[in-house]
Amino acid sequence: MILDHLPILQVVLPLLAAPLCLLLRHASRSYWLALVTSWLAFLIAVLLLRQTLAIGPLSYEIGGWAPPWGIEYRIDVLNAFVLLFVSGLGAVVATAASPSVAREIGTDRAHLFYCCFLLFETGLLGVAATGDAFNLFVFLEIASLASYVLVSLGRDRRALTAAYRYLILGTVGATFYLIGIGLLYQATGTLNFADLAERVPLLSDSRTIRAAFAFLTVGISLKLALFPLHLWLPNAYAFAPSVVTALLAGTATKVALYVLLRIFFTLFGDSFSFGAMPVEVILVPLAVAAVFVGSAAAIFEQNVKRMLAYSSIAQIGYMVLGIALATVLGLTGGIVHMFNHAVIKTALFLALACAVWRVGPPTLDAIAGLGRRMPLTMAAFVVAGMSLIGVPGTAGFVSKWYLVIGALERDWWWIALVIIAGSLLSVVYVWRIIEVAYFRPVPDGAPSGEAPLRMLVPTWALVAASVYFGIDTRYSVGVARLAAESLLGLVP
Amino acid sequence: MELPGLYNYWVVIGLMMGGLYIVISRPNLVKKLVGLAIFQASVFVFYITIGKVAGGTAPISIGSAVVYSNPLPHVLILTAIVVGVSTMAVGLALVVRIKEAYGAIEEDEINRQDNGP
Repeated sequence: MILDHLPILQVVLPLLAAPLCLLLRHASRSYWLALVTSWLAFLIAVLLLRQTLAIGPLSYEIGGWAPPWGIEYRIDVLNAFVLLFVSGLGAVVATAASPSVAREIGTDRAHLFYCCFLLFETGLLGVAATGDAFNLFVFLEIASLASYVLVSLGRDRRALTAAYRYLILGTVGATFYLIGIGLLYQATGTLNFADLAERVPLLSDSRTIRAAFAFLTVGISLKLALFPLHLWLPNAYAFAPSVVTALLAGTATKVALYVLLRIFFTLFGDSFSFGAMPVEVILVPLAVAAVFVGSAAAIFEQNVKRMLAYSSIAQIGYMVLGIALATVLGLTGGIVHMFNHAVIKTALFLALACAVWRVGPPTLDAIAGLGRRMPLTMAAFVVAGMSLIGVPGTAGFVSKWYLVIGALERDWWWIALVIIAGSLLSVVYVWRIIEVAYFRPVPDGAPSGEAPLRMLVPTWALVAASVYFGIDTRYSVGVARLAAESLLGLVP
Repeated sequence: MELPGLYNYWVVIGLMMGGLYIVISRPNLVKKLVGLAIFQASVFVFYITIGKVAGGTAPISIGSAVVYSNPLPHVLILTAIVVGVSTMAVGLALVVRIKEAYGAIEEDEINRQDNGP
């Protein structure tokens, strides 16, 4: 029965489609292949989430080898939620990709782009689906290697140096993760998550386990771009092709955050991570610093893509704050913010991809008067920007609300103040863009006219989603709360 | 202290720190990659070391009851070596492209060209 094999199909489908793109050697044929594959992956993720909500966690044994000897794919509510939005955003970005890729990468190299795109998606979905620590490393590197190549496809030569820096820091992060896994294996003799979760608490006094915890945290924080390990992110986002930026911003850092959640709550358990090793003492100051440094850097940035990249660093700070709270409310806030921010940032970067399609590199001068030159694109940008700030009635408000009441519940009132202050800072940089786009005169001879519908429709679909999830929170908050409860061990 | 004892682990730590230091301190992009390779190699040595069981022999079934070394870390690290090789290939390819675009592989020179003197 094919429904029993959904967990592996989720990963294998894009993996098989990727080399086919190379064989096709044709821009529009490989576009259609990537499009169909990514929507199929989304369909599988929807089915998986429905199954996990109905009957609880699924376990899939690769090759029929029973865990813990074989590799197990284990899908619980959190995995399924991450799989859902990663594959969903991948599908939306794939839909919008064609015109932007033709202009920014060139039709002669487009099939290579789609090959890397599918490999990247394979890696991320694999990370989210697997229940094996080493298998996770392999998929993490598949995704990372594909993303280095994707970043380096940018037109500007600075894309090359950005990709190089991303490669160096990303590999150091992955190697730290590998060291941590090695130490864990040395102490426990297993790599299966469920097995590790049983054995690690018995050894919580061991220095090997503590060293493993430190290596895993630092390694994944590098991939996550948590301040001060964020140095690879601004240039990689700014100089990558626009669709690649939209894809990276929505998925790569979010999957790293998912891995961090798994490490803290499933592998080591909250009593170790936040008891024996008071990790919040480190995470909270870093997250607060990320919110302020990221927002401040965004305010003074001239390139809109870099501005949004710095804003991503600030938003990662909010998500990490949610993790550091380590309560049901805080974790719900963190997980919902991971989802909402993925939708919002992808919408913003897709709107920006439309603008870049028309005007080239999006400096503040280049987008002067864009509100009249590309009204639909800029309207999408404004709505998504309001969601980024957290205006009531938008998705951004919901997740920040949960973070604030999560902080108040633990009597960390100053964290609530930080979240509000960070939102005020984001008003400043979003307003800078709106002011330039709507209140500056249109320069003479500036290109105008809307982007193609194939880009506008996906952008507006995501903008609509970012408003929808601010009003109807049954699916976003409901699922995130279930995931938070299962991470804290309140439900099986 | 009898050899090997913890000798392997000291080698691992030495290589790890040396490799990471090269990555951070060298401005030459190729030398950075060399440092990265040394850093990764230290982890390979570490994995191979933890598979060793005192008095164990190679894990080939020879019928009688003998102590075997643990083959799993070795298999794992074979995968990690493949990942390392691919990373190195992508990294070197990027350096070639950087050399074509900037005419330099020194970080200072590239920064100077991007940001002005």
